[in-house]
Amino acid sequence: MAMSSAVAIDPSGAKPKPLFAPGRVLIYSLLIVTSIYYLVPLYVMIITSLKDLDQIREGNIFIPTLKPSFDAWVKAWSQACTGLNCTGLAPGFWNSVFITVPSVIVSIAVASISGYSLAMWPFKLAEWCFTILLVGSFIPYQVFLYPLVIITREMGIYSTLYAVIFVHTVFGLPILTLLFRNYFASLPNELFKAARVDGAGYWRIFFRVLAPMSLPIFTVAVILQVTGIWNDFLFGVIYAGPTNYPMTVQLNNIVNSLQGVKEYNVEMAATILTGLVPLTIYFLSGKYFVRGIAAGAVKG
Amino acid sequence: MSEVKRPNPLFRNLTSKLAASPMIFIVLVVFVGSTMWTVASSFTGIKTLPIFTPQEFYDNWVGWDQYVRLWNTPRWITSITNLAIYGILYSGFAFVIGFLLAVLMDQKIRAEGVFRTIYLYPFALSFIVTGKVWAWVLNPAFGLEKTVRDMGWTSFSFDWLTNRDMAIYTVVIAGLWQGTGLVMALMLAGLRSIDDEIWRAARVDGIPKWRTYLQIVVPMMRPVMITIFVIVASGSVRVYDLVLALTQGGPGNSSQVPSMYIYEKLFVGALAQGTAASSVLLLATAIILIPWIIVEFGKKSRE
Amino acid sequence: MKLNKWIAVLATSVAMPLMANAAELEVTHWWTSGGEAAAVAEFAKAFDATGNKWVDGAIAGSGDVARPIIISRILGGNPMGATQLNPGKDADDLIAAGLMQDLTELAVAEDWANILRPKSQLESCTKDGKVYCVPVNLHSGQWMWTNRKVYEDAGIAPPQNWAEMIAAAPALKEKGIIPLSLAEGWPVGLLTEDLIVAIAGVDNYVAVYQDRNMELARGPEFAAVFKAIDEARQIIDPKTVVPQWNDAVALVIQGKAAANVMGDWAGGEFAVAGMVAGKDFDCLPGLGVEPVLGTGGDVFYFPKSDDPEVTKAQFAMASMMVTKEVQVAFNLKKGSLPMRADVDLSAANDCMKKGLEILDKGTKVFPNNSQMIDRDSLNQINDVMKEFFSDLSITPEAAQEQFAAIIEAAPK
Repeated sequence: MAMSSAVAIDPSGAKPKPLFAPGRVLIYSLLIVTSIYYLVPLYVMIITSLKDLDQIREGNIFIPTLKPSFDAWVKAWSQACTGLNCTGLAPGFWNSVFITVPSVIVSIAVASISGYSLAMWPFKLAEWCFTILLVGSFIPYQVFLYPLVIITREMGIYSTLYAVIFVHTVFGLPILTLLFRNYFASLPNELFKAARVDGAGYWRIFFRVLAPMSLPIFTVAVILQVTGIWNDFLFGVIYAGPTNYPMTVQLNNIVNSLQGVKEYNVEMAATILTGLVPLTIYFLSGKYFVRGIAAGAVKG
Repeated sequence: MSEVKRPNPLFRNLTSKLAASPMIFIVLVVFVGSTMWTVASSFTGIKTLPIFTPQEFYDNWVGWDQYVRLWNTPRWITSITNLAIYGILYSGFAFVIGFLLAVLMDQKIRAEGVFRTIYLYPFALSFIVTGKVWAWVLNPAFGLEKTVRDMGWTSFSFDWLTNRDMAIYTVVIAGLWQGTGLVMALMLAGLRSIDDEIWRAARVDGIPKWRTYLQIVVPMMRPVMITIFVIVASGSVRVYDLVLALTQGGPGNSSQVPSMYIYEKLFVGALAQGTAASSVLLLATAIILIPWIIVEFGKKSRE
Repeated sequence: MKLNKWIAVLATSVAMPLMANAAELEVTHWWTSGGEAAAVAEFAKAFDATGNKWVDGAIAGSGDVARPIIISRILGGNPMGATQLNPGKDADDLIAAGLMQDLTELAVAEDWANILRPKSQLESCTKDGKVYCVPVNLHSGQWMWTNRKVYEDAGIAPPQNWAEMIAAAPALKEKGIIPLSLAEGWPVGLLTEDLIVAIAGVDNYVAVYQDRNMELARGPEFAAVFKAIDEARQIIDPKTVVPQWNDAVALVIQGKAAANVMGDWAGGEFAVAGMVAGKDFDCLPGLGVEPVLGTGGDVFYFPKSDDPEVTKAQFAMASMMVTKEVQVAFNLKKGSLPMRADVDLSAANDCMKKGLEILDKGTKVFPNNSQMIDRDSLNQINDVMKEFFSDLSITPEAAQEQFAAIIEAAPK
């Protein structure tokens, strides 16, 4: 994929400034205060996952426990039951990986190329389709469930990995196409013209000129898709077939079970565990948000 | 084909057309097909099982009945009103907060990765979980209200979650917590697509930084802003799991949204009613969006 | 459709045949909590003993989450071997489309019509004289649960019916105790129906829900019901309304609330907490007004298969579910009443025994709401009642009229 052809580019701006200049203090204060709003729910989730059920019932949700225990985490990962299978989240993990990796790659590939065609090499039919896509992005997903069952059945892929990859590509298409079309459209026009003058064609311009300078937007697309697909429950369970159930099926079973004692600590641990993969991706992909890529490419 | 030296217009278009063909296939088969099915179904009386053949549509045809029922349902009216409130507040705040955070992040700060992850992490959690956690924090019986009262401020009151008039605003609070990180990331990507030359030029001209942002950078980011608009606006229209986990549409039906109505009817044995509600939503969206799309994207594209 | 073909070829070359072994049946259901899973395990054990294999496909979230999945799988041509589905009108379309296995042959051979009771359950599985599902248990929704200790501590005798519970409310409120706990959503509808049964009587309930007697629905008997609901909503503080039914039951168990109205499945929660019926808590069928029993319950359907081996296994499973041993083992774990009268239930708890007694008399047994009226209309009634409960400006008269209008418009 384009991400892998990343060219190492150093930030062209100045190095971070010293911490204690007056303007800096204001910036950091703002950042830290807003961080608290974002972190409080995570804090509640973590301390809850470390309590036992009695402490949850009697204690205050904001007060941490003095006797933290990781039992709920172990249970969520490898022991929590769904019906008869007491295997926790673990077995679904690889299914989720097998669904997410190809779905992310295919959906971003289709959408980035469509966006590129729309931005740089437009033609009437594509523009009409794009208009329909934009309106389509507002339709609630549930409306598509049954028609997509029929479409994938007629394609002969219902209840396979291909069906779920196809469905994720469909639902990622509106937003991603828009994302890439608009990003490419915002890049300096001279780049494209210069490449054309040099005799570069459709694919060469895409891979050699545009993709390397579009790393921040590819990063956003990956964030968007990894999260959406990794957290998806409904499409996985409907289109992938029972042998490919993602780990969210198990998460749903842990979080949505009604009868019996609600194990809030296991719920919270399962939630955090499920969220770890997207979180890791966010953190690792962060380095592609680097300032000055456009300028570097122009001069390069 | 990329080796052709002097691109010939026909050949060039062909590559582009081939490359865009998966998108065209999906649009025509899935989006157009499903939409036509949805609209056609809304004029029938079908209950549990979807129908697909013309004969079946003919047999089940009921005319406008589903729409008459829809607009006589108080819950639907409440849902539409709530969608307007949520859509406007969520979109507005997401833009402002997302932009401010992105600008702060863009000040060549230390630990940028840490802050970026903090703002983004809620996006990694599903809506169901977001709703559940905020339902805890905002629950007057054991959340924020009780905690503040236990600390001594006994008259403190924050009961929006259980207050008919305020419940929809708790959905905005939780929605913003989940979604502004992504808006921030998109803005940041947009900010960083701005050529460094622009900044250098502005600095040389002595333009203050805040004016450079507002008057030069923001207009240049217009395409990304449009993307963000579509993401937050379509996210508002589709909001479902969050409300379900946070308020369940309550108290009563006071925080219901259209997608909850649609989902329930589609799968509760009133399939046609669900498709009628979707058709209304679709029509409203099309009426608002299509003129804007034609103006925005219809201008002569590149070249 | 070049792409279409390409994908199809690719898919068929790689796709795994799902059911290589014909005797493996995937079973979808939404029983995922501790007690429920233990009950399913009894089914699985008994089915595996027949030489077949139970492949568990649990999906939590009651019917709302599972229903679209089940229907999609059947529609997509890759159905499960057997599935839980609400009885009554939910499955009608699937049956009409010829997608469900006809079990009549087995039902006749095993004489289900005579060994299973009450009749209404098997009737809800029957369409045009053919049997399409297996009823496995009975659940009733008309129970009031009270915490004795809470009342005794307040110096009040534990109430034995709805009116006494309401009368005790002000004193409890003064002591900071929730007189009646309530959960958001469908429990409001359940409470409404229970009050109809208790106040207007079983016959009037059936007359309105099943026979659509509109005079009655708009008449004084039902006005009295809405009056009672009005009293109930006055004593409920909106801040104490909880999200799920089990949260509301938990409040009673913890002594933070005095009473709750819920189905017999709430009994399992008290049992888990180690509380004893008649000593720590009371379970009052028919809200203590008159002992009655609605006959809801769980049923299993078997989507049609082309594979004769699968069909054979489906019949084996259906037969297994109604055998004496399985009925006892399953229902004791599930906390529900068995479908057969000829089984030994000495291990049942007091609440279950109260239910069995009513069932054996058979006079005050009536069909479940979903057997009389479609789910869509029931949900609309819930909408009206939810609003009535949370918005005190709606008058009982207005709510009654909205209720009657929905009954009137409901498909027959």
